[in-house]
Amino acid sequence: MFFKKHSFDGGVKIAALKGLTENKEITKIAAPGLVVLPLTMHIGAPTKALVQKGDRVLRGQKIAAAQGMVSANVHASISGTVIGIEKRWLPNGVKSDCIIIKNDFTGCAISADPQSINNLTGDEIRHLLAGYGLTGMGGASFPTHVKYLPPKNGSIDTVILNGIECEPYITADYRTMLENPQEVIRGLQYFMKASDAPQGIIAIEDNKPQAIELLKKLLTANANIRVMPCPEKYPQGSEKQLIKAVTGRIVPDRGLPANVGVIVDNVSTAMQAARSIESGMPFVDRVVTVSGSAVANPGNFLAPLGTLYSHIVQTAAHGFIKPPAQIICGGPMMGFALQSLDYPVTKGSNALLCFDKDQTASELHPASPCVRCGKCVDHCPMFLEPTEIMRYIRQNNISALQGFSAYSCIECGTCAYVCPAHIPLVQYLRLAKQLLAER
Amino acid sequence: MTQQEQPKPLLIISSSPHMHSGNTVSAAMREVLLALAPALAASLYYFRTDALQVILACCASAVIAEALCQKIMRHPITITDCSALLTGLLLAFCLPPQINPGLAAFGSACAIVIGKQVFGGLGANIFNPAHIGRAILLASFPAQMTTWSPPVTANTADTVTSASTAAITAATTAATANADAVTVATPLALLREAGHLWQSGTTVQDGFLPELSQLFLGNTAGSLGETCVPALLAGGLFLIWRQVIDWHIPVFYIGLTGIICALYGFYNNFAATYALYHICSGGLIIGAFFMATDWVTSPVTKKGRIIFAVGLAVITSLIRLRGGYIEGVCYSILIMNMLTPLIDRYIINTPFGRGKRHA
Repeated sequence: MFFKKHSFDGGVKIAALKGLTENKEITKIAAPGLVVLPLTMHIGAPTKALVQKGDRVLRGQKIAAAQGMVSANVHASISGTVIGIEKRWLPNGVKSDCIIIKNDFTGCAISADPQSINNLTGDEIRHLLAGYGLTGMGGASFPTHVKYLPPKNGSIDTVILNGIECEPYITADYRTMLENPQEVIRGLQYFMKASDAPQGIIAIEDNKPQAIELLKKLLTANANIRVMPCPEKYPQGSEKQLIKAVTGRIVPDRGLPANVGVIVDNVSTAMQAARSIESGMPFVDRVVTVSGSAVANPGNFLAPLGTLYSHIVQTAAHGFIKPPAQIICGGPMMGFALQSLDYPVTKGSNALLCFDKDQTASELHPASPCVRCGKCVDHCPMFLEPTEIMRYIRQNNISALQGFSAYSCIECGTCAYVCPAHIPLVQYLRLAKQLLAER
Repeated sequence: MTQQEQPKPLLIISSSPHMHSGNTVSAAMREVLLALAPALAASLYYFRTDALQVILACCASAVIAEALCQKIMRHPITITDCSALLTGLLLAFCLPPQINPGLAAFGSACAIVIGKQVFGGLGANIFNPAHIGRAILLASFPAQMTTWSPPVTANTADTVTSASTAAITAATTAATANADAVTVATPLALLREAGHLWQSGTTVQDGFLPELSQLFLGNTAGSLGETCVPALLAGGLFLIWRQVIDWHIPVFYIGLTGIICALYGFYNNFAATYALYHICSGGLIIGAFFMATDWVTSPVTKKGRIIFAVGLAVITSLIRLRGGYIEGVCYSILIMNMLTPLIDRYIINTPFGRGKRHA
């Protein structure tokens, strides 16, 4: 290569479509009457409830404790009374026990213990992150403190903050960078201290020039943190693709970023880390972008975790102006279609998209036979062959399927997005993973 | 909660992604048709009504055959996706301009029925349907398929000046030429004869081979859509720009064929322009951009496509330089079509993060 390009191979250019909310300031929603806090809001073991029906809880009080290595505490996001613990469906199709708290609207919070970076060691930061129930806020919700466990061999030299936000419509990270840039930077400094990493990089897609400029300006005096604009391309926010784009390093198949000396965390996670450590208030609320053609007032709303989407849509977003045909939790490429608005905001919920029937029309195009154009193969950021995997699944030829590494699929949706035959390739990939896992 | 106040909306539940690029198969087919427009114009310019008759016969026959097949098989009729129209047009471009339109229509119907529908329709065929149609016609009607008339724009006196040309013409048309029509040899036939002359140490007269510039512009005998190189290049580059086709197949196919012909020419002390003549003659350009890149019958991986193109170049060169046939593009594509499933079975991309990956 004659010049270094901060990008990755595969992927596709997707219209950002962030215009509805990118200039809307983050606003706090009206306090919800109740919150539904799932015991599983993260990847890993479910937490264990510490409260019972009838208990009074304060905002910030730990109500469920992490279990095992990979897990994250859950805290009450409002003050009130526990009115029950019941099983509920979550957007991702998991049924989880949920603690339901009725708001007493007093806003009583726990007594906080604010800290600052100078009198904390890396280990102490990690314990604070664990205590405050921090998880990745980009969607996957991996418990943050687990990432900062010292790697078995080697060391971490770079912490990358992911400000890519490559999914269309979503602007939660963007607004966080614009409105709380200092907290984002301090969060990165906590992360660098926790991992003993000498350098920090804030990666931002080049369709967000304002955020790039602002952070660059604030970081002029900082030699060890820099902002890296990356050319717009989906799925650049995916961890392995981002590491390739930013550092040129390739995370081994089935490996972790730590294998190449890197930790990636979301900008909102960094902001939340700084905020929690410095205020002593655990991770109890987050920014959710509500967008799409069906809502009256799209925007970026700060909501307590566990708030039902119906509450946000009816209060902050001023209800629907068109009948919604599809409601998606998360981005349009990887999010989950919901059957109602009665789902809670969880730690990884970055958006709620409400589309009217015109906006969903292209998706409902019937699938036609595969013409083997190879577009899915050309664009797959993991270099898989969705069309071949689909073919062997249709033939029920599981042994032939084994050579195609379907387990590497990150379900980013690029293959189905580009498929001219409108074949739901991601579903076939999920099926392939399932069939191979069962074998 | 206030949820009860408004009627519960019926929502679409589907798997992610919930967005689509808007690509469709028929849009891509229309883009290929658009890319063929310059070549269509060139064929009408050079061969006038002959070309028009053959093109109309092929296109109509292909679309009707597709509709009939689907009706008989009780499948949904999909002629609006333009794929049958495209097959018809591509076949027409591979036929001699003065062929009987009835024969052309027959070949076109064969292309759709035997080349495509018997395998299960769009996406299921093993071979390039247009080339199946051409191969059937060539095997069934060798005389009509190898009788060539010069373009109306050519100076016929010029093209048939030398006695040797007339002799080859007679030989290649196997004395079956229609007495009413002026028939000539194609550049590839002349090129082969020139090769024999060069090998025997005879000097080739000026004017024996067509001027390279005329060959490039398409002002020469040949299949009606394959002669005009600039028109085909324009269409091919358009398709690469629109990402309908991948550049690997045309570049490797044409490039390697050129290299093999150049080496062969150099080894045998042929004229320096020998390879350029090969590149600009026959169906190489149309084959490389429009036939070999056919989605259904070419491999899905880049590595596979390169192997596919290398195979095409080797087989085409072998047939052209050493084979019994004068032109090898059609058969090389059909042979490599057969190997495509094998290539896709064994040439599998290495997933990101495992081993080294070359773009």
